[in-house]
Amino acid sequence: MALSKLSNLYRQVIMDHAKHPHNNHELDRADHEVELRNPTCGDVLTIQLKIADKTVIDAAYTGTGCTISQASASMMTDQIKGKTIAEVEQMVLGFSDMVMGKDVPDQTKLLGEASILQSVAQFPARIKCATLAWKAAYQAIEESESND
Amino acid sequence: MDNKMNNLLNDFPILQEIVNDEKLVYLDNAATTQKPRQVLDAIRNYYEHDNANVHRGVHTLAQRATEQFEGVRQKVADFIGANNPQEVVYTKGTTEALNWIAASYGRTHLHAGDEIVVSYMEHHSNLVPWQQLALQTGAKLKYIGLTVDGQLDLKNAQQVITDKTAIVSLCHASNVLGVINPIKQVTRLAHQHGAIMVVDGAQAVPHMPVDVKELDVDFYAFSGHKMLGPTGCGILWGKKELLNEMPPLEFGGEMISNVGLYQTDFKAPPYKFEGGTQNIAGVIGLGAAIDYLNEIGLDKIMKHERRLVEYVLPQLTAIQGIEIYGPKDPRQRTGVLSFNLTGVHPHDLASALDMDGVAVRAGHHCAQPLMKYLGVSATARASFYLYNTQTDADLLIRAVLDAKEFFLNGSF
Repeated sequence: MALSKLSNLYRQVIMDHAKHPHNNHELDRADHEVELRNPTCGDVLTIQLKIADKTVIDAAYTGTGCTISQASASMMTDQIKGKTIAEVEQMVLGFSDMVMGKDVPDQTKLLGEASILQSVAQFPARIKCATLAWKAAYQAIEESESND
Repeated sequence: MDNKMNNLLNDFPILQEIVNDEKLVYLDNAATTQKPRQVLDAIRNYYEHDNANVHRGVHTLAQRATEQFEGVRQKVADFIGANNPQEVVYTKGTTEALNWIAASYGRTHLHAGDEIVVSYMEHHSNLVPWQQLALQTGAKLKYIGLTVDGQLDLKNAQQVITDKTAIVSLCHASNVLGVINPIKQVTRLAHQHGAIMVVDGAQAVPHMPVDVKELDVDFYAFSGHKMLGPTGCGILWGKKELLNEMPPLEFGGEMISNVGLYQTDFKAPPYKFEGGTQNIAGVIGLGAAIDYLNEIGLDKIMKHERRLVEYVLPQLTAIQGIEIYGPKDPRQRTGVLSFNLTGVHPHDLASALDMDGVAVRAGHHCAQPLMKYLGVSATARASFYLYNTQTDADLLIRAVLDAKEFFLNGSF
């Protein structure tokens, strides 16, 4: 049955994150905010970060989108909290490589729960959905560095 | 379905393709159509036997290529009821044709304070060129509203189109709503106010008989690849006197009659617009596509699509949670069906359908203002064509039900 293939992409963890997303709210006083648009579907995602001492102390997002973009934003905001901006940069690059099907050393250690989105690599049309939140976070971090 | 319609499935090799272990059900015809062997053969035959540059050689191949290339102009003219093949300009496609009208006719005829009228259902290609023209000339861009069921609001059109209107530009059929617009009526209205009428026919010419003379429009644009032809080849048709008034936009080989050191005389239309070596194989492929469509008959194609819509629309509507955009009456629409399933993002829906081999489009369909107008960020879209069958419609319904089960009841 074709839908068994679909479960490769929509794993239970991914469905859970999409249905009950974490950090899906506005931050009280965000230091950095980046809004990105998925040009193929028009979905808009806004990432907010609080950064102190070159460390992400809080992360949240708003906006609507497909299961993959929502789950990815939910997992990413979970995973980057407490990480230094250098670590987050590594995570974003690693995530991007992973969903494009490249080998990422220590993938699970680097990305935590978000490494389950590796399945997106088999669905090339959905890579942009998965990377939207991560791209926004990367931009927010670049912004924080240029402000220093 | 008569025999001719039945047998035509064999003409499209790609329809035998296996996708994700399922037989392909191709329902993305509003984006581009598949190509029959006859078109593929025509292109191959041209390259294998007749390939030469057109208009500029005395040798035999150049002559053969030119005859075929120019022969298609007559075919296109006949196909859309035009008077004269010299009114048929080859372009890359609808987008280029509409851009040329805006950039050439628009820039030389519009003044600050003039008004350009479009509707909320336009594809970006029939919107962004007019936005740019408005910004460049100081003209004002105005929108005709839609009725609740997604038809052009003619009452509103009567208010929006005024003596200030210089250009009205509408799609003949919407690439999202599937609605067929009353072009003849709007053209009459535009002409009463001294405006010219431009029509984006990309979603109409492949699916219904079109007669530009009967519609009395001033410009009509469409794409070859949405009507069984190859990509990269489309048509700008314009009334001769208007084409005469338009300056060319691309300068170079073939579009000139005499080149001096500091000044150049251009050829007459359509040649003055066709600078450089044209998409000769594409044009020949388009000619073969027109032959193919004529052989079946646009009337029959339209009826076939309507029967499919009559068959599938009630079934799709009956699925709880499905919202369909555009008119509910199949007689008012083409084979384009845009819909959403409550609780399932169209991207997720399209991925699920793809696993069943069913190819549909999901997204904003290059119509972001329309998405905003409908209050959605995106829709799924299934679009039928002459080679689609009731079985395809059944498989679409089954795939939508599967997807609903998967995402909403979590059974997998």
